[in-house]
Amino acid sequence: MKALGADDTFPKLLVRNAGAFGDRTAQREKEFGIWQPYTWGQVHDHVRDFSLGLVALGMQRGDKVAIIGDNRPEWVWSEIAAQGAGGASVGLYQDSNLNEVAYVIDHCDASFVVAEDQEQVDKILDMLDRLPKVKAIVYTDPRGLRNYKHPKLLSFEAVEEKGRALGAERPELWLENVRRGSADDVAIICYTSGTTGFPKGAMLSFRNLLTMALALHEVDPKKQDDEFVSFLPLAWIGEQMMSLSAALAIGFTVNFPEEPETVSENIREIGPHVMFAPPRIWENMTSTVQVKIMDTSPFKRLLYNLFMPVGYKIADLKFAKKPIPFGWRILYRIAYWGLFRALKDRLGFTYLRSGSTGGAALGPDVFRFFHGMGVPLKQIYGQTEISGISCIHRDDDIQFHTVGKAISDTEVRISETGEILSRSPSVFLGYYKNEKATADTVVDGWLHSGDAGYLTEDGHLVVIDRIKDVMQLADGTQFSPQFIENRLKFSPYVKEAVVVGKDRPYLTAMLCIDMGIVGKWAEKNRISYTTYTDLSAKAEVYDLVQKEVDKVNATLPGAARIHKFVLLYKELDADDEELTRTRKVRRGFVEDRYKDVIAALYGEQGEVEIDTTIKFQDGKIARIHTRLLVRRLELGKAA
Amino acid sequence: MAILSVKGVVLYFRGVTALYDVSFEVQPGTIHAIIGPNGAGKTSMLNCISGVYRPQRGTIAFDGRDISRLAPPERTGLGIARTFQNIALFRGMTVLDNLLIGRHTHQKTGVLGGGLYYGLGEKEEIAHRRLVEDIIDFLEIQHIRKKVVGTLPYGLQKRVELARALALSPKLLLLDEPMAGMNAEEKEDMARFVLDINEERGTTIVMIEHDMGVVMDVSHRVCVLNFGEKIADGTPEEVQANPDVQAAYLGEEAPAPSEREA
Repeated sequence: MKALGADDTFPKLLVRNAGAFGDRTAQREKEFGIWQPYTWGQVHDHVRDFSLGLVALGMQRGDKVAIIGDNRPEWVWSEIAAQGAGGASVGLYQDSNLNEVAYVIDHCDASFVVAEDQEQVDKILDMLDRLPKVKAIVYTDPRGLRNYKHPKLLSFEAVEEKGRALGAERPELWLENVRRGSADDVAIICYTSGTTGFPKGAMLSFRNLLTMALALHEVDPKKQDDEFVSFLPLAWIGEQMMSLSAALAIGFTVNFPEEPETVSENIREIGPHVMFAPPRIWENMTSTVQVKIMDTSPFKRLLYNLFMPVGYKIADLKFAKKPIPFGWRILYRIAYWGLFRALKDRLGFTYLRSGSTGGAALGPDVFRFFHGMGVPLKQIYGQTEISGISCIHRDDDIQFHTVGKAISDTEVRISETGEILSRSPSVFLGYYKNEKATADTVVDGWLHSGDAGYLTEDGHLVVIDRIKDVMQLADGTQFSPQFIENRLKFSPYVKEAVVVGKDRPYLTAMLCIDMGIVGKWAEKNRISYTTYTDLSAKAEVYDLVQKEVDKVNATLPGAARIHKFVLLYKELDADDEELTRTRKVRRGFVEDRYKDVIAALYGEQGEVEIDTTIKFQDGKIARIHTRLLVRRLELGKAA
Repeated sequence: MAILSVKGVVLYFRGVTALYDVSFEVQPGTIHAIIGPNGAGKTSMLNCISGVYRPQRGTIAFDGRDISRLAPPERTGLGIARTFQNIALFRGMTVLDNLLIGRHTHQKTGVLGGGLYYGLGEKEEIAHRRLVEDIIDFLEIQHIRKKVVGTLPYGLQKRVELARALALSPKLLLLDEPMAGMNAEEKEDMARFVLDINEERGTTIVMIEHDMGVVMDVSHRVCVLNFGEKIADGTPEEVQANPDVQAAYLGEEAPAPSEREA
């Protein structure tokens, strides 16, 4: 097991860093068009003041502080401050709705809430009668809150002010508080957005989080002068791992984008050395490049079409672990100067040493695309319950269909039932106030992932699907809907896919088109459309998607082929509870909601009348009345 | 004391009377809406205040000073800024440059100082940029800072125009149909911004708007014009209850339900 050393909590590491390299930049936030740096010393002072401020407001050791908002330095300061006062932090997804916010804050017994702005404060205030345990709500952005006169509401600065006053009175208190913390204290409670039922709060200790960061560091090293851009929700374990555990343990710089809309621009400005993002981000980048190449000047398009195959060739050789012939090396050099250098610069990947993706499968085409231009993209696998990660691809050993090998100090094995089990010092302490679920999940130290999978001969882990999702057709054939859905989603035109077929005679699919790319395609082919609903009902679009489904069908065994599909009239959305906040399909809910559509998929009529209402985020309700076509596929001889 | 006081304004174009004996006062720190059916003279009124039209009779006083005879740039210098019904921005320039041009009136270094740039010019430019960035942050347009205005969607262009008006650091902001042509979500955002400008910056706002829902929600006082004459003036509730207003909007014999759009 990794020895954590004397500085075994986040606050202790912060004190250490402030002492060892107090003048180096710890964080940057883009504000007013300029990257504003904060040194380790400044971060330490903010954290100290805010922490003492919480104490002054009556925070006790063991209290919880809930934090909701976009990625900002204050988010991270609040978390370490809460931990410094002996408490734990609970992150909430910034796009959570009222009920989700109220459920988590109440369930975790938070006594303080740090909310970014008016939008988040409104959510909390609306639900305050359901949150009797909350003592104070702290906001970081005063905009629009001037006329709010709630007795429990105060600003981040006001709390810091109280902290400074307390610090002047008792200068030793902060370090005393920090020293009282230990590696096995609960550091964060991470609410996992379950695909079924209420979210569960996974309690993670400093030991869990730090052993994780160090074990990953061993196989995927980071340096002190690395840059990292924090743009995924800080409530998510992956972002916690990078922006807190790893940043504190190693000491690299974390950069916070100006606004969620400016992320890609900001990534380009920073040029990060490490990046961790879910598949949809990488997929988006790939499709954005492809769409923009369609629009660019003929000369640039020529360069792209000339040099990209060189990249693909090199990538394929690397994947196959074959040596690269001298001639190809020369060609690749030329391709680098002709294309990849500029392309990487555009994406902000000039300095990227390690990019990783996790949470779901990523298509081979996307892998080849990034490796082709020289961006080392790796798949990782893990759960919140194991502090994020148990497996990762090694630099020289990338296989698309696997999620790599176990990281240091981590054992992975497959149970008799085919479930993936893992064990490491990073396995969590348990679910908050839910011992039954804890006992079901961790047996003899082995974390039961609920995923079905197998190990290859060379020790790579392959993940098939959630065990409970592995389904049987009426004739007993087993199939994994997620496996097929992922294959479907590898198509740039398909954004979401839900495969249906449990206890049915054959498989069908409900698909959501990608508005951006299909829209572009429609423009190019002179097909006019108005809305998403309209575009997805076009016969030409059906033809387009059918070709994609046919391609996938060709790779599937006979019984697991898609017989019919529909294109849904709206995108699946987390606000409609169709997806989790990390964008996984909530299968049971979706199948229930679209039961008319499913009935049509298994009926004979070939189309279905849809008359439904959808609710927008601002509470407005719109009626959708449309006719949904069912496309039947010509299935050749079964393979 | 009223920040803007309009007294007996008469404006006619040859035979057509656009405004007849219109008087009203705007108190500092309020949002004052001007409503009325098409052709009622709302934009003419705004043009009289900003100096595009010179009324034949009557006076317009701003901050206790008669501005009736001042040219538009002089009025801008005193602290009156406006937006237009049809967007008036430099379409080929970036958002940032459009906003910096809004700071022109406040530019103190001349051709020489500004042209040499280093020293005073640089210092001033940084101060102006800082102010403009504040507005960019305020109106949440960071993501389009360096985009060319002509390439932006309509709703965003409207917001940029508002930002340009704010860049003048006005005491009085005239908005000509800020929400025209917007969808429900954009309207809601814009209403939010209008309120925020008023509350956070203390700017007095005179606004022409057709969406009665928005008008009734955000304004402190409403002044109703019909065929160039003022027919009502008061709080939103008073105006809504006024029989003349109901008649002007709904025709003489209508029963008079609320005007609020569904």
